Amino acid sequence: MDIELLEIREHLARFAPFDALSDAQLDDLVGTIEVAYFKAGSEILALGEQIEDLHYIRSGAVEISWRNGELFNRLSEGDIFGHFSLLRNRKVRFPAKALEDTLIYFIPGERFHQLCEADEHFAEFVELGQPRLKSVVEEQHKSNDMMMTRVRKLVSRRPLMVEESTSVQEVAQRMNEENVSSALVLSTREGDPRYQFSDPDGQSWTLQGIVTDQDLRNRVLAEGRSVSTAVAEIVSSRLISVQSDKSVHEAMLAMLRNNVHHLPVLYRRRPMGVLHLSDIIRYETHSSLYLVSNIFHQPDTLGLARLKPDVRQAFVRMVEEGASSHMVGSALSTIGRSFTRRLLELAEEALGPPPVPYCFMALGSMARNEQSIVTDQDNALILDDSFDPAQHDEYFAALAQHVSDGLDACGYTYCKGDVMATNRQWRQPLAVWKGYFSEWIDQPRPEHLLHSSIFFDLDSVHGEEAFVEQLQDLVASKASQSPLFLAAMARNALGRTPPLGVFRTFVMEKDGKQNNTINIKRRGTAPMVDLIRVHALACGSRAQNSFERLDDIAKTQLLPAGTGDKIRYAFEFLSMVRIRHQAIDLQEEREPDNNIAPGNVSDSERHHLKDAFQLLSNAQKFLKFRYPMPSRR
Amino acid sequence: MPSLRPFKRPAPNWPDYLARRAAEARDPRLAEFFAAGQLDPEMPIGEAPLVALDMETTGLDERRHAIVSIGLMPFSLGRIRLAERRYWVVRPPRPLVRQSVAFHRITDSEIEHAPDLDDILDELLAALAGRLAVVHYRHIERPFLDAAVQARRGEGLRFPMIDTMSLEARIHRQSLWARFRRWMGRPPVSIRLHNSRERYGLPPYQGHHALVDALATAELLQAQIAARHQPSTPIGQLWS
Repeated sequence: MDIELLEIREHLARFAPFDALSDAQLDDLVGTIEVAYFKAGSEILALGEQIEDLHYIRSGAVEISWRNGELFNRLSEGDIFGHFSLLRNRKVRFPAKALEDTLIYFIPGERFHQLCEADEHFAEFVELGQPRLKSVVEEQHKSNDMMMTRVRKLVSRRPLMVEESTSVQEVAQRMNEENVSSALVLSTREGDPRYQFSDPDGQSWTLQGIVTDQDLRNRVLAEGRSVSTAVAEIVSSRLISVQSDKSVHEAMLAMLRNNVHHLPVLYRRRPMGVLHLSDIIRYETHSSLYLVSNIFHQPDTLGLARLKPDVRQAFVRMVEEGASSHMVGSALSTIGRSFTRRLLELAEEALGPPPVPYCFMALGSMARNEQSIVTDQDNALILDDSFDPAQHDEYFAALAQHVSDGLDACGYTYCKGDVMATNRQWRQPLAVWKGYFSEWIDQPRPEHLLHSSIFFDLDSVHGEEAFVEQLQDLVASKASQSPLFLAAMARNALGRTPPLGVFRTFVMEKDGKQNNTINIKRRGTAPMVDLIRVHALACGSRAQNSFERLDDIAKTQLLPAGTGDKIRYAFEFLSMVRIRHQAIDLQEEREPDNNIAPGNVSDSERHHLKDAFQLLSNAQKFLKFRYPMPSRR
Repeated sequence: MPSLRPFKRPAPNWPDYLARRAAEARDPRLAEFFAAGQLDPEMPIGEAPLVALDMETTGLDERRHAIVSIGLMPFSLGRIRLAERRYWVVRPPRPLVRQSVAFHRITDSEIEHAPDLDDILDELLAALAGRLAVVHYRHIERPFLDAAVQARRGEGLRFPMIDTMSLEARIHRQSLWARFRRWMGRPPVSIRLHNSRERYGLPPYQGHHALVDALATAELLQAQIAARHQPSTPIGQLWS
């Protein structure tokens, strides 16, 4: 291609849908482009006019309206418009106006249609006005959007802007009239140069800050200020804003980091709107963030149960986005805790306030923040020591039943080992729990060891956190001082061993037997968790998460140098294999489980699997050596 | 940069000049060009067939330096058509000065295989014919082309041009406001291509390529007319 058009080609290549075109397609396209300049405020496309070209914004900003003149969308550099009309009857359906001085590249209609024919991605992109396919793959595209969609796309109206001398009452009135929850406060004084801009009349302004509903409540009403107070007095000096071309993802991070719900959106230095947290949530309806807030808005168990597909969707998307096992595990655990907490709130609403304080505790994977999409429930109740079974147990039995049934309905099946608060044994006052824990550590019999390996991953979900903390403290201080207990736990952790290797069509067991599938949890991640737990107990770590436990272990001499990192790597790998295969099951509409057929494992994955199993095997051998049975005297 | 006179220089009488050259030219191609180039000074700019012209040269003095590349971008006030773009690298009679090579990013080997201007002149004339040329700073394009054609065909080549730099100077150098600014001791506003474009919100382009600069000049004229003039403005008021 002519080098002189590189400038244009490179620009196109940065933006969808052109970014996905082949070099040859791009070269061909660039030579046919036409260019025109539109001064701010001038009309680019009039309603009903014949349209010949696809419009691409090289620089500037364009406002697209509905027929009735209401704002439909606001576009800028790299955006296209006119495609809806081109795809239909070539009559302009959405009029367009230059919002800024704008340079438009025109792509002849004929070329546009050729590209739609020749390139699936291109066609898909320009036809997005049609209903979305409900496939998971499609959902994945949408999630990537979050990284790529620019903030300006979410801004649907101009900001309300007031001068700093305006009274708070007038500001409130105008917010009410315009039905907005915030107003931008401007000053004619010179201020922060980053926020200076001039309006179309040439007046220069400085954006001083933002006033929200909350400010009117907290800084005016609560502090008893007069309604005639100038708004300047209540504007905070800290202004967090976002550029209109930043991604939605970045805007979300800015909100989270700064703990603000309103973000002024600037085009260069000129305010073009205000983004509210709800705009992002509405946009990204399937994110785990939304899911959690949605969980807390459900009025009953049925509503919660209906969210089950959303949980699965959120899981698949996280995997597709390349989340680590730690991220996936903690997100799913957060979701699981939210379900539990909401069920407890609903139970309390139905049963009345609890007669004595309690703590609802999570055990196992939820406590470790390592929950997967295939999981059952493990929970228990710690009650205040003033608990009187005759008087109070009826309440807590009902509470436990409500939560347990609810969790089952939401996809967290009943625990086969009956480790649930519905079991009277696991619905006891704190003192009894302390007795249990001490006994298990002092007398490491097989049954006690089984309990230890379940209950010593524990965390509070709802209620008196201090109860759980006392138990965590007890475990951390007592277990490390009990060599017999550690030795028994170490033996116990060797019960489940990895296979010798994974071949193309079968799994080779140590005894030479061949199996068709492998349970990656039972043979990989679970023994790894057990192994890490023993070292964590030995070093008195209070961490529950396996990666955090490894951090604590790394500070000690328990493991030979470098071994901790190898275990971490192997654990991450095994966890990801499990997670990925579950995501594939969901995508292919199979019920996910922990079984992997070697045929579904890629060559490189198979190679790494063998290494990871080998490492697990070695680490298990070391465990036996590290925590020997103390000789009895 | 030449000194810009504070008064408006009267535009030459182009129709008479072109008619005279059309009658007098000995070279048939030049005669054709001058005959076709007769645009009515009253024609509205919005209807005029335009062509943005830019050249890269080995220096600033047409007596010592030569043209190395020429870019043409035919356009109208409504559309710039990239498909009609023309671009030539030409071999200067003298060996290239190294510094200017770096400046234009045209290499010795490109030059070595390039034709002499004379070989492409007829094509160039045909592409320019009947269109009003638009340049940014005519004091390069006009004398270099004139001198180069004079040297090859024995007669010069001059024609009306809209100079986007002059249009910019009218606003930023010669207006009352500009003189007031100078009186206040403010630095003069830059009227170079890049800076001028910036004022109209036009994107920065990689400069010093004849075709890219021709495109940049065409866009600038569209912006200047949109901001400061009308599509109905007669071309006679804009050319020089």
